[in-house]
Amino acid sequence: MNRILVAIVLAVAALVAPWFFYPVFLMKALCFALFACAFNLLLGYAGLMSFGHAMFFGMAAYFFGHMVKVWDWPIEFGLVGAVLGAALLGLVTGALAIRRQGIYFAMITLAFAQMIYFLCVQMPFTGGEDGLQGIPRKPLFFGLLPTENDYTLYYVVLVIFLFGFGAIYRFIHSPFGQVLKAIRDNEQRALSLGYEADRYKLLAFVLSAAVAGLAGATKAMVVHFATLTDVAASTSGEVVLMALIGGLGTITGPVVGGFVLVAMQDYLAFVGQLVLVIQGAIFVVIVLGARRGLVGEFSAWWKARRRPG
Amino acid sequence: MGSCNIFELSTQLLFSQLLLGLINGAFYAMLSLGLAVIFGMLNVINFTHGAQYMMGAFAAWLMLTWLHIPFWGALVLAPIIVGLFGIVIERLMLKRIYHLDHLYGFLLTFGLAQIIEGLFQWNWGSSGAPYQSPIPGGYNLGFMFLPAYRGFVVVAALVICLTTWYAIERTRLGAYLRAATENPTLVRSFGINVPRLITLTYGLGVGLAALAGVLAAPIQQVSALMGTNLVLVVFAVVVIGGMGSIMGSIVTGFGLGLIEGVTKVCYPPGSNTVIFVVMALVLLVKPAGLFGQTK
Repeated sequence: MNRILVAIVLAVAALVAPWFFYPVFLMKALCFALFACAFNLLLGYAGLMSFGHAMFFGMAAYFFGHMVKVWDWPIEFGLVGAVLGAALLGLVTGALAIRRQGIYFAMITLAFAQMIYFLCVQMPFTGGEDGLQGIPRKPLFFGLLPTENDYTLYYVVLVIFLFGFGAIYRFIHSPFGQVLKAIRDNEQRALSLGYEADRYKLLAFVLSAAVAGLAGATKAMVVHFATLTDVAASTSGEVVLMALIGGLGTITGPVVGGFVLVAMQDYLAFVGQLVLVIQGAIFVVIVLGARRGLVGEFSAWWKARRRPG
Repeated sequence: MGSCNIFELSTQLLFSQLLLGLINGAFYAMLSLGLAVIFGMLNVINFTHGAQYMMGAFAAWLMLTWLHIPFWGALVLAPIIVGLFGIVIERLMLKRIYHLDHLYGFLLTFGLAQIIEGLFQWNWGSSGAPYQSPIPGGYNLGFMFLPAYRGFVVVAALVICLTTWYAIERTRLGAYLRAATENPTLVRSFGINVPRLITLTYGLGVGLAALAGVLAAPIQQVSALMGTNLVLVVFAVVVIGGMGSIMGSIVTGFGLGLIEGVTKVCYPPGSNTVIFVVMALVLLVKPAGLFGQTK
């Protein structure tokens, strides 16, 4: 009963939210929350920490912008194209990165992301330092649903978010997700049981890249532009931080983390470059003191509170 | 543009780019060496390495502008100061996470790097400050012009790398260190203070990064973000070489610098990315790295 109640409250909150908060802020938060969920799928359920996830997020933003603005594709095609592009990039980099494990995996993904960043600085289609600006918000469904209005677009973004979140949820709770967890916990044993661990890891990586791409493309649609920041190492660090704030390996954690971090960046904009310092401090505090994150610590507290009674 | 015919190029251009590559390689070697030493002992990939390199350069610059301590004084003092700072960090924070997964060390040092770089950027801005070359002038070698200071950096880096190699592979303290890397519990039972050894190792590794920073100050602009991109390239260098061997780090560092220099001559737009391409190739052929062991 409790669960259903929580679900209803959340659904109502999601529906009325744009009347209480600035819709663009909510849409950005939803995009980053989805991005963090994609990252968390890989770390929480496959045990692979990618420190280069901005490459999928940012490249998909560029792909989407280029398809919609320069090639004049409809938004639907742009989204699908950007997601496929991110998945393809995930296939190539993932196939190489999963050849190493643990800390090396993190360094390899970081290095590939840096390579993509350097390429984005040089390639003409990204617009270099200026970024790809003026991506139009076109109507959806062959002109039936206009999206210039922030309130309308909010619901579109909400649907996209729920689609991505649902895909991850289904994936984790499928037999495939169970095998993935088995590999995370004991790769040797999973191998000896006949599961081809590398193939499972690669598929998880590609799926994670695709969802990160969906988040990046949607963000480009919301804010009308894609810039170098989207592919930069700092963005890769931010998504790690979101998952860490919310709680690694929890399903709702990254969503909470995404909202917290985007809110923090919006409300702390006045401190300027010190935002970076604050983010770094949060990293340090969580790693040293609260490794379960907000959601993890809360549910631990909740269980401890109920047990004695 | 894609073809590379060495005979058609002016030797002047080729050699000056090779020298530049050698200098970059010297920094890759010094930094990946420090990372390897720290990782061997602490099991932590020190993401703060780039920030500590920057701190070394800043320390030299601040000593010159505030205290009028010349380059040669800074070359000795800056690594000690930054190394001590590293020791404080190790005692206060890093030692609490050794029992955890390696990833937490990575995250913690990443956060520390953000704090340090953010504070320097906040206080001094992002634009760089110039640092006067301590050895002006240069030599005309006939086929190219060699700025004296750059020649000095290459020699100094070689000396630093080989000294570190000697200290770890050929001295008694180094033997303790290697033994403690293999089996800390056993070494402890021989009466050797392993935690202190770990602290010293971290201070040494951080000091190496700061020393590289001081050497870089007269070549590069001294700026808050000078280590940010560098540390990411050095990670690729570390993946290519594997962190198993000290000599391996040195050879890989210099080698990749040279490859970068050659690329700058043959295909300039690729010079930023060539190291990452090499990394992809090495992962395909020898995933453990050129000098690494599969574990």
